[in-house]
Amino acid sequence: MAEANTAAAASEYKAVIGLEVHAELATDSKIYCGCSTTFGGEENSHVCPGCLGMPGTLPLLNRKAVEYCVKAGLALNCKINPFSRQDRKHYFYPDLPKGFQVSQLDLPVCQNGWLEIKSGDGVKRVGINRIHIEEDAGKLIHGAADTKIDCNRGATGLIEIVSEPDMSSPEDVYAYMEALREILLYTGVSNCKMEEGSLRCDINISIHKDGEPYGVRTEMKNLNSLSAAKAATAYEIKRQEKVLREGGVLFQATLRWDDDKGLNYVMRVKEHADEYYYFPEPDIMPIVVTPEEIRLIRDTLPEMPKARRERYRERYGLSEYDAGILTVNKALSDLFDQAAGAGAPAKTCANLIMGDVARLLGEKGLPPEQAPFDGSALAELANLVGEGAISSSAASKVTEMLFEPVYAGKSPKAIVEEMDLGQVSDESALREMCRQVVADNPKIAADYRGGKKQAISALVGQVMKASQGKANPGMVNRLLQELLQP
Amino acid sequence: MAITKDTIRQIAGLAKIGLTDEEAERFARDLSKIDTFVGQVAKLETEGVAPATHSVQMKSVYRDDVMIPSLPREELLANAPEHDGSGFLTPKVLDEG
Ligand SMILES: [Zn+2]
Repeated sequence: MAEANTAAAASEYKAVIGLEVHAELATDSKIYCGCSTTFGGEENSHVCPGCLGMPGTLPLLNRKAVEYCVKAGLALNCKINPFSRQDRKHYFYPDLPKGFQVSQLDLPVCQNGWLEIKSGDGVKRVGINRIHIEEDAGKLIHGAADTKIDCNRGATGLIEIVSEPDMSSPEDVYAYMEALREILLYTGVSNCKMEEGSLRCDINISIHKDGEPYGVRTEMKNLNSLSAAKAATAYEIKRQEKVLREGGVLFQATLRWDDDKGLNYVMRVKEHADEYYYFPEPDIMPIVVTPEEIRLIRDTLPEMPKARRERYRERYGLSEYDAGILTVNKALSDLFDQAAGAGAPAKTCANLIMGDVARLLGEKGLPPEQAPFDGSALAELANLVGEGAISSSAASKVTEMLFEPVYAGKSPKAIVEEMDLGQVSDESALREMCRQVVADNPKIAADYRGGKKQAISALVGQVMKASQGKANPGMVNRLLQELLQP
Repeated sequence: MAITKDTIRQIAGLAKIGLTDEEAERFARDLSKIDTFVGQVAKLETEGVAPATHSVQMKSVYRDDVMIPSLPREELLANAPEHDGSGFLTPKVLDEG
């Protein structure tokens, strides 16, 4: 009863949650100048008069940034505005040398889309209000006596993806970020490294009782991982509930999440609406996207992870779990598609990838894109297993060798031959071996005939030993049963 | 429309500029004059004319995504009032994120 009361109290308030996600675009150069976007590097080594906002310089928009924004928009079911514009958003802070950020106000590149996320046992659609392009700010390094400015990241192209307030739980936030990240990775729009800050999210949360108007909204920043976003959301909902239950008043505030301590604190209380004195950026010409350009970009969209998972289940009979694991990474998913698409047994391909391949990539510290073999090699290996030419432990061995530089470019078949890993599936040869083992172990054979069925495993073991591990164990088992029939 | 001292104070606040009372008064007066002068444009008949945001009729002016060398750091920092050889230094600021 006490528990039921707690549950009722927990559902007294409804949370309304919307996310603003910033994703750094995977362009080689910055958004308005040719400086490198490489992460890291010595402080202020990727900076020019342009991205420093020196007088007399002019920005020139990176074509790829617009393409990536359109691509993200199409992948998120947005309407692409045929005419959009950049605006200056003014604020004074040392990480922004120009004194304004070039962004988009009322005419973003993309509007009115949606993203489907897992929610409970079902799915739910989260609306995408808009996606616009803008520039990133530099980084401040706070010292004891002063603050240092590193402009390497400054003016790197970003897209800001603004969701509708359609989420209502920490789980929704996690699922949304996960689905969004997956799409940005699949489309190649961003590398989404949250730990490097190339994917960041701000979480807007308010709570209210059913039938009552929306509550006061807070905005939380500094979420550096999906799990931090989830934990921070749970914390903030609880905090707001506590304040209201105790008869307190919530303030509109910007909060900062401290993931180590597992709590948030107030960065500033908003007394007035933010005033940025936006105006159209006069140095950048309007962005016009034609239907033909949209068609060309749409043609470059890959099959999305959700569609892949459905295809894997329907066409290859994989379980939902396996399909989910395989599609976490596009490169691994591509590898599976190449191998299974070439006709190799799908389940074996999936097992090889999720097992030995994933393990070895991890051990070698290689990203999946750098797996040292392609789908056709994997198909050949899976076929060898499927035909019974090699055992699954031999397949592990071959996979290991595929990662060794000395075997670079060698086919699994060649490796099997060179290492003599072939499985003996020659029925007459195996039958002869089994006959010998039965003859050499009359007592065990008698036990089996007498009803101790598990005695057969000792005999299988003897045959495997005699064949130096190369006998096909399934066949050995069957042949022994035949021989021992009373 | 006259620009008030309050507006001047608010803008100065956003720009993190401190103004004396006398300065705020003077800027309010000066900017009001400028505003009145520029405000004459509003008297023009603009019914049916699309708003213009740019002085030239160009669109979609892009560059290709090609990296070019940045400025050597010594040159970059040369005119900075304060630097430590690798970055610009400012008086300590609070982290507003
Ligand atoms: Zn630059």
